[in-house]
Amino acid sequence: MSITLDLIVFIVLALFIVASSILAVTTKRILRAATYLLFVLIGTAGIYFQLNYSFLGAVQLLVYAGGITVLYVFSILLTSSEGDQAEKLKKGKFFAGLIATLAALGICLFVMLKHKFLSPVFEHGELPVKEIGMALMSTEKYGYVLPFEVISILLLACIIGGIMIARKR
Amino acid sequence: MVQMEYYLIVSTIMMFVGIYGFLTRRNLLAMLISVELILNSVDINFVVFNRFLFPGQLEGFFFSLFAIGISAAETAVAIAIIINIYRNMRNIQVKNLNKLKW
Amino acid sequence: MEYTVLILLLPFLSFILIGLLGTKLKPVAAGAFGTVVTGAVALLSYWTAFSFFGAGRNADGVYQTQIPWNAEWLPFGDSLHIDLGILLDPISVMMLVVISTVSFMVHIYSFGYMKGETGFQRYYSFLSLFTMSMLGLVVATNIFQMYIFWELVGVSSYLLIGFYYTKKEAVAASKKAFIVTRFADLGFLIGILIYGFYTGSFSFTPDSEVIGTAKVFLPLALGLMFIGGAGKSAMFPLHIWLPDAMEGPTPVSALIHAATMVVAGVYLVARMFPLFIGYAPEVLHVTAYVGAFTALYAAVVACVQSDIKRVLAFSTISQIGFMIVSLGVCTSADPHAGGLGYMASMFHLFTHAMFKALLFLGAGCIIHAVHSNEMSAMGGLRKYMPVTHVTFLVACLAIAGIWPLSGFFSKDEILAACFDFSPIMGWVMTFIAGLTAFYMFRLYYNIFWGRENKELHAEHKPHEAPLTMTVPLIFLALVTLAAGWIPFGEFVSSNGQAYHIHIDWSVAAVSLCVAAAGIALATWMYLREDRKVADSLATRFSGLHKAAYHRFYIDEIYQFITHRIIFACISTPIAWFDRHVVDGFMNLLAWISNKASWLIRGMQSGYVQRYGIWFLGGALGLTIVLLLI
Repeated sequence: MSITLDLIVFIVLALFIVASSILAVTTKRILRAATYLLFVLIGTAGIYFQLNYSFLGAVQLLVYAGGITVLYVFSILLTSSEGDQAEKLKKGKFFAGLIATLAALGICLFVMLKHKFLSPVFEHGELPVKEIGMALMSTEKYGYVLPFEVISILLLACIIGGIMIARKR
Repeated sequence: MVQMEYYLIVSTIMMFVGIYGFLTRRNLLAMLISVELILNSVDINFVVFNRFLFPGQLEGFFFSLFAIGISAAETAVAIAIIINIYRNMRNIQVKNLNKLKW
Repeated sequence: MEYTVLILLLPFLSFILIGLLGTKLKPVAAGAFGTVVTGAVALLSYWTAFSFFGAGRNADGVYQTQIPWNAEWLPFGDSLHIDLGILLDPISVMMLVVISTVSFMVHIYSFGYMKGETGFQRYYSFLSLFTMSMLGLVVATNIFQMYIFWELVGVSSYLLIGFYYTKKEAVAASKKAFIVTRFADLGFLIGILIYGFYTGSFSFTPDSEVIGTAKVFLPLALGLMFIGGAGKSAMFPLHIWLPDAMEGPTPVSALIHAATMVVAGVYLVARMFPLFIGYAPEVLHVTAYVGAFTALYAAVVACVQSDIKRVLAFSTISQIGFMIVSLGVCTSADPHAGGLGYMASMFHLFTHAMFKALLFLGAGCIIHAVHSNEMSAMGGLRKYMPVTHVTFLVACLAIAGIWPLSGFFSKDEILAACFDFSPIMGWVMTFIAGLTAFYMFRLYYNIFWGRENKELHAEHKPHEAPLTMTVPLIFLALVTLAAGWIPFGEFVSSNGQAYHIHIDWSVAAVSLCVAAAGIALATWMYLREDRKVADSLATRFSGLHKAAYHRFYIDEIYQFITHRIIFACISTPIAWFDRHVVDGFMNLLAWISNKASWLIRGMQSGYVQRYGIWFLGGALGLTIVLLLI
């Protein structure tokens, strides 16, 4: 297998994502964890770009990186006092979590690599936004207007629910 | 081109890192961040499957798209709850949240 | 004739309305509504009878049986299905007239009798329920519909006996009535199931080729059905509930426990008569012996009771015995050759309903006046209540069988049928007829003549009943006077052909003489104030008198059997088994789960991350299991 530009980009992205995600769950300061999460999300968006799903990558950047992370930062600043650090884990808990996770990871990777997928084909080519828009609003077969509307209602419910839960009594 | 399994390996690692974080972090917000990692890894999987296995279709793509929307909603509600907990307990350490036992 | 559906629907509607509105309705409004509805039902019944009999006979010389409405309700198979419908034939139309008439009279009468009682609305609602169920019973198109309404009748009887539910005796009596009749109905139900299983239908008239295979089981099925009928009709030894049922309001006793419901058993046998005659004549004769014994027993007991309602209750049992005997002595379906009893039984049912309702309503007036059921509180009442006196006398003469009152004609036919069957049966029944005359006139003299309870009457002067109560009395007395002249055989007979009633004067003379002797004896013993003869007889035969007064200890025997044998020897061990073994096992299970939950409740720590680890472990385990398979 020759080393192509694609592969190099992928390896860089993969290392970036894995390193950032590990840091996100191990760092002591919660604000840093949020920052590493931002990196992971940006890396994921990079993967989407690489897969020629530019629209999805843009959404990922907009909603996740731009919206959700900001939400996290705000709530962290609201709830944590300065210099707040995660207390040190007890050894037992640390190992319990680590071993369980590693075992599960091993099994999952084993299953995934052993599994015979359909023969993968990769077709280059951008997915036009027009097609996405048509499919999203289509009421025919392979049209997504119903989930689209359901999501809208869910978001509305979340707005109301969020306000109801967080408001001062 | 990059083989499909590589992407899957990355997403699997991301998923279990998230699970590890969920199990070990003591701060509710940090746990929520771990949940985001898990969700994100699933999104990657959907997209990859769509791109490599069913290139003519759009199901995985749209699933990811909707998942992003839903995770936004979920985060908003979860943060509202966490803020409410903070308001009541002046604290968001999960070890203090054991009122739901027995 | 689709309007006959209204005969059932109207009282049902009234039951629902009065029952639901309850005390929101003024008592007078509830009563008036119920009475008007029942009046409408009575008119509809008369119109039905008029058009049914007015249509004339068909080519075979019988009145065409009509089913104006029928709905298949619960199908089990091709032929086996439960229907709800309306069947009109001579006996059901006759019963419609009887029930709606008596019910209407009782509705009117209750206005006066129940005035000011609490639960007036409830009373009228139950009366409507009863009327509906009884009418449904007689017009049933199949035996299962009959059973359904049969049970409804039982329920309404239970409700009405226990009307004064604050009174301990009334509650006990209602329970007793319900349990005894339910017990008998079990036989009825099993009989129906056997019948349905072997003939493949619930119809009253199954196809004859179907019967061929079921012939062996028909006597068993019919015998079991008769047990149900015996329970409702208070045949010995299932009669014990009827005297106690007198705890209910007196109009209820008149309607349910004298005129209509208790003849349901007679009606059942009459309804199944073709099958009885065709396939189980020996069972039919057994019913005759049961009926004869019951009639004799009840007549003897009635001679010594002191509670006037109980006397009437036992007289009812005795008269129903007469009807059952009359059906039982039939040997063929031809009224000219051994089938006379069927017509006689139905005729007696008709006349008895009228004069027995009259007797009970009269007794109600008397109880209303002196506020007691005991004869000792009465005596000499003829001065105070003339209308009641005259109508009561008419009824007494009718039940005693004096010409030209209605009882004479029907009883004469019964005795003729009995003499046809066997002379012994004839003479026994004649003797009972004499006893009937005796105890009825003993009752009559003790109430209206004889020794007056002067202190009580001075303290509280008896008065004639109000108009709402006397009008039904007068109406029923007129019916009693006239009913004998109805050419009953023209309408109802065992094979449906016209039968011209002719009085067998040899039998009639004997029965008249016996009745006159009974009346004379009663007059001699009870007319005067001192009653020397009666008292001395009572002391001389004190053992017999006491036994008869206590109804030959049948209730005590029941008590003994239920308490000492069934409760002590069967129920107690079962209860012990239930409490200690069955419940113990359940308690053990509960104890185990309790302990186990204490052991594992530590897992429910409340820490979400610990749950997360459990969840992950579970998912992992499941994955491994799936991989290994």
